[in-house]
This record gives sequence, structure tokens and C-alpha cells, in this order.
Amino acid sequence: MPELGRAALVVTLGLVVYALVAGGAAAHLGRRRLAQSAQNALIAAFFTTAIASVVLLAALVRHDFSFAYVARTTSEALPTAYTISAFWGGQEGSLLLWLLVLTGFGAAAVRLNRTWARDLIVWVVPVFAAVATFFSFLVVAVASPFATQVAPPDGAGMTPSLQNPYMLAHPPLLYLGYVGLTVPFAFALAALLSGRLDERWLIATRRWTLLAWTALGIGQLLGAHWAYVEVGWGGYYAWDPVENAALMPWLAATAFLHSVMIQEKRGMLKIWNVLLVILAFSLSLFGTFLTRSGVVNSIHAFTQSSIGPWFLAFIGLTVAVSLGLVFWRLSQLRSPTRLESPISREAAFLFNNLLLLALCLAILWGVVYPMLSEAIRGEAVVLGRSYYDFFLRAFGLPLLLLMGIGPLIAWRSASFRSLATTFRWPTLVALVAGVVLLVLGAGSSIPGLIAYTFSAFVFATIVMEFARGTRARKALGAVSWPAAFSSLMARNRRRYGGYVVHASIVLLAIGVAGSSAFDSVADAKLTRGESLAIGGYTLVYRSLDERQSANATEIRATLGVSRGGDDLGTLEAGKNAYTIERQVSNEVGIRSDKVTGEDLFVIAEQINADGSVNFRVFVKPLVNLIWLAGLVFLLGSAITLWPDRREQRRLVARAGEVGLPATR
Amino acid sequence: MTIALLLAVALAVACVVVVAFPFLMEPEPETDALDELDEDERHRLELLEARDRALGALKELEFDHRTGTISDDDYREQIGQLRREAAAALQALRRGDNESRTEAPDREGRPIGGRT
Repeated sequence: MPELGRAALVVTLGLVVYALVAGGAAAHLGRRRLAQSAQNALIAAFFTTAIASVVLLAALVRHDFSFAYVARTTSEALPTAYTISAFWGGQEGSLLLWLLVLTGFGAAAVRLNRTWARDLIVWVVPVFAAVATFFSFLVVAVASPFATQVAPPDGAGMTPSLQNPYMLAHPPLLYLGYVGLTVPFAFALAALLSGRLDERWLIATRRWTLLAWTALGIGQLLGAHWAYVEVGWGGYYAWDPVENAALMPWLAATAFLHSVMIQEKRGMLKIWNVLLVILAFSLSLFGTFLTRSGVVNSIHAFTQSSIGPWFLAFIGLTVAVSLGLVFWRLSQLRSPTRLESPISREAAFLFNNLLLLALCLAILWGVVYPMLSEAIRGEAVVLGRSYYDFFLRAFGLPLLLLMGIGPLIAWRSASFRSLATTFRWPTLVALVAGVVLLVLGAGSSIPGLIAYTFSAFVFATIVMEFARGTRARKALGAVSWPAAFSSLMARNRRRYGGYVVHASIVLLAIGVAGSSAFDSVADAKLTRGESLAIGGYTLVYRSLDERQSANATEIRATLGVSRGGDDLGTLEAGKNAYTIERQVSNEVGIRSDKVTGEDLFVIAEQINADGSVNFRVFVKPLVNLIWLAGLVFLLGSAITLWPDRREQRRLVARAGEVGLPATR
Repeated sequence: MTIALLLAVALAVACVVVVAFPFLMEPEPETDALDELDEDERHRLELLEARDRALGALKELEFDHRTGTISDDDYREQIGQLRREAAAALQALRRGDNESRTEAPDREGRPIGGRT
């Protein structure tokens, strides 16, 4: 039923255009029924987009190759789970997913805040509708997922690297993150348009921003793990433009999540916060543009298309209108409060913001430089790994240190004597850790050693904060230590959930430093029976086998692995030859040591006709801490996101005092 | 194809009804103006935010001092200033209340949460 899908999208376009025009008029003229009607249109747009999505999903599951999209992205032999993931595997489907999540988030944000922040919501609706108009226009007029053709006997299949369980979760999570950043953007613009620049737009969007930020973070980590196990080059992050596309809005959102605390606690940085929200949203659009336009060479840019100019125009319009509104409201955004001391928590957060933004902009420059150089000089000059690594060290290491310093300094100002007392123990722990690591040979990489030392410092501050807080709660009357700990978390979820997130970043830093600064690599061409030694492991090439799976021919080399005379079993590495897609993929062999967090990573780079194999083997210390960091990050985010009844009551009481409905 | 088109038409009609619903439910309302905060209410909201900010900062300072994150010196330096800010915010709110009672006695009886 492609007609139903097409019609549903046309109706969606009509609804969001109406929500934009009627919503804008209602907000400007102060018309209640028209505003309600525009809200209804935005909510209805979610349901019509959902109908279009169901039509596409049904076509995918039924292998209806009369849908050009289905024929292009799937085949009869493709397993069902990957057939479903083709929904977001191609350009048209992923744009439809953007629209579905966007209208869903829009409808939810409007419903949840319609009474409590009604004077904002009347402006939120047209802003959301404007973004939705752009995406629905794309799926209706430029890249329709419902284009039809004479059905071929079979489809072209899916890119082999996308046939991986991670692809079931990684792209949707990134989209949740990208699209989720529309919510703070819409509320920020609504606050600017309406002149209601009180705290309500921040309160209304705090959890949405956290949700989007968490989804982006986890999505990137899943993508890194996918690259690690599937792409088969021996790493997890290549500073690929499309990887960077997700990292940039995440960095901007991270800066916002920190600086918003300064606005809440001190009433400062109003302009900065609005600008960060605009930046984060613009970068999320830019990320979608990079992934979907085919403008950059990337292992993730699965398409060459004509949507690029549309995206660029929309990004330009978004930035221009947003900045225009900021200038318009500049006098209202100015804060009466000033930074009292460079030694204060707000100053530490401000430095943190500057470093995050500097890193974000350095990455942005690295991404756009090839495009600019191609446009100006006719030759795309790609900035390599060393460029990004330099800025990661230059900005990332101080950021890591600030993560330990910031939360322990007093707001407003702190004395040097106080700092010396507060940081005495963490500094001692860091110094001891640094010296021990130096003795153990970690001095071979100075940035790695610094990262470990700073990580020890931050970890010590986090442990100290939890220990002191729990002790204080116990002293305040908690019946037991677990009760004191639980009360500590419950009373300030944002603060202590934030510390758990910081702990995850420490784990990430240790994992990245260990696996990149202290890894080993060996290349060897082995015939059966020959062996290779690396990092204490011995690998013996035993056999080469070929087998047939549902949609590929699998060739696997089997290696026996031992360490220090202990037999550790076997590892398989090889290649898959995909029949329909006519592509070959690397299938790596990984052995993880759950105690040390180290990986033995084997790539069969070339399988020769005489049965010999060119192997590339890595030993990656501590790499598994990166994946563990993901779980800790999720836990910290969940704690922070968990509803805080105490805060809810306070906000409801405040709203009640100005006569707003006592519900949110 | 016919069924698909019928469904599409039904969808479009349903959407028109949903969009027109506020006008269908209230063809001739008493007032069609948006119920927004007036200048006084917005000012009061800002004062309430300032009050909550000051009280929150006091609470956090007390707890940080209790845990040992904030030293005695820093605590002594800040506590007075924060108390003054909290008191100023509360005073400003009280002053606003008194003024609105004097200037607009008709608003006194307005129930909290009375907006619907």
C-alpha cells in the first residue's frame, strides 16, 4: 500500500505546515482555540507519520520489492531482524524515522508541559512544526520511501557491515539523540520568541536534554563496539566524519548540561546557554546532513544523494534565525550576576565549557576542512588521526582533570587554604598512582601516563564525595550505612548521578589510554602449524574452513591460543563473502580477558590460495573498560533522569504561587 | 489501491476533525484570548526563582560544609551573604504581595491553581 504511505506523509506535511502557520499566528495574536488547534495538528502529525512508518515496515517484512526502497536495502535471504533494521539503513527510511521521533517527541513535550508552561508551549508548537515541515517536505518531495517500481525477483541486499546486531540499536539511538536535541532547541527558541526567559524553559527541557545526551552517548559507544567487532580494522574510533558528526552535538550538549547548572544556581550564562542549545541542535542537523548527503567519504556514509543542498539551506536558516532572536532578546538575557572569583565552581564549569567547545570546534574544523579545501583548491585535504589526537590530548586531558576539581570547589569563591585541604588526598592518590605506573613502565607514553594519573585523581574525588556524603547523611539520622547512601542518592540525584557519569568517563579515559597508548601489534603470514608471539600470547595457525550461512560463504582460520604455557582455547578469524551483495567483509577474532580487561584481537587480512593467511594481531590492554564505561554511564544517566519528587513538589508550589495550574 | 485511497481519505478527514476540534467544541467562547502570565505575575515568578535559588544555595552550602567539601573559612565567608540574599528575595516577595493587595484588592481572592 504505497499510496497509503504517501498519503499519510502528505497529510503529515499538511498538518505540520498548519501547526507552523496557525501556531505562529495564535502565539502572535494570543488566540487560545487556534493555539489548541495547532497543538492538535502537531500531535496528529505523529500518528500520521506512525501510519506511514507501519506501511514501510510492513513492506520490508513482506519483502515487497515493488517499493524501490525495500528492493534497494534488503533481499529475500536477509534475516528478519536486519530486514527490519533496513527501516533506518537507507536514506529515505532514516529520514522517516527522524520525522517519526521528531513528531513523537514534539507531541510528548507539548502534552507534558501544556498547562505548566502554556505561554511557552504556544511558541514551542510552531518551532517544532518548522523543523517537522522540513523533514516531512524531504520525505514527501525529495526522498520518498514510497517510490514504486516493477518488482524485481530479489532485492539488492544490505551492506554486509550493517548486518550486525549493533545496527539494530546504534542508529535508532543516535536518531533519538539527534532528534531529542530538538526539544531544548524548540523551548529555547520559544523562550526567545515569547520573551519568557525565566527558568521554565530550562526545567521543561532538562530531562529531554539528558535523555538525548544519554542516547547519543550510548549510541556512539555501540557504534564504536560495532566498528571494533565488525569493520575489522583493529580499532573502535577512527575520527571518521560521521563518527565525529555524533560526537560534536554530544560535546555541545555536555557543555550545556554543565553550564545550565550555573544558570540555575547563580542566574548566570543565560546567553551562553541559549547559544549552546542552538549549537547542539545545529550540529545534530549537520550530523544528519553528513551521514545522509554523501558529501564526505566515510565508511558510514551509505549514500550519495541530492538532499545535501536542502540540509545546508535549512541549517543556515536555523542558525540565522536563532542568532537573530538571541540578538533581539540580548538585553533580557544579560545576567545581573558576575563571576566573583576564578577559583569557584562556576569558574571551573566555565573552563570545562570552554574546553568542551574548543574540542567540539576543533573536530568541526577537521570535518569541514576537506570540503572547504575541495571547494577552494579542487582537492580534498583530509586531516588525519594525528590532528584529532593532538586536540583530544590538548583539551581532553585538562577536561579530565577539571572533572575532579569542579565538583569539589565552592560556588562563588574558594580560598587556597580550602583547596589545599580539599584536594590533599586525591592529589596524593594521583601522585602515588603516577609513580607506581611509571615504575611499571607506563612512561612509554606520556599522554597515557598523564591520563592514568588524572583518572586516579578524579576517581579519588568521586569516592571521597560519596564517602563524605554518606557519612554526613548517617550523622543526620540515617539508621544504617546503606540507608544513608540511599538517602544521599535520593536527595540529590543530579549531583550523585553526575558523579557516576564522571566515573564512567574515567573508565573510558583509562580504556582509551590503555588500548591506544599501550597496545601492541604484529603482522605475519602464517602457513598451517606456524606460530606468532605477541604480548605474552602465542598463536598457532591450525586450520582453514569454509561453510555456508543463509546469505554468505564464511571462511575461517582457526588459531590455537596460549599464554605462559596455559592453553586458552581457539580463536577464529576470517572473511564472509556475501552472495547477493557481492561484497566481502572481515570477520575478526577477539578473546577478552575478563580479569584484566585486555583483548587479543586477530584479523585475517588476506587468505591466500595456498592456504596461508596474512594475520594482523593486536593486544589491547584495558579496552574492555570502554564498554564497561557504557554500562556505568547508563546507570549514572538513569539516576540523574529518575524523577525527583522533592523537586517536583517545589516546582509545583512555585507555579501555584503565580496562579499557574498546580500540575506539570 | 481503492482501499488504500479510501483509508487515505479517511485519515485526512479524521485529521481535519482533530484540528478543528477546539472550534467545534467551543463555537462561541466567552473569551478566545490566551491565558498568559501578566507582567506582575512574571515579575513574581522571577522573585520566586531568586528565592528558591538562594534557599537552594544555602541548603547546598550547609550540606557541603557538613560533608567537609567546604572548609570552615569558605563557609563563614559565604553563609552571611547567602542569608542576606535569601532574606532580600523573601522581602521582595512580601513587598510585592502587599503592593498587589493594596493596588488590586479584587485579585486577592483568586484561587491558587485557578487557571484551567
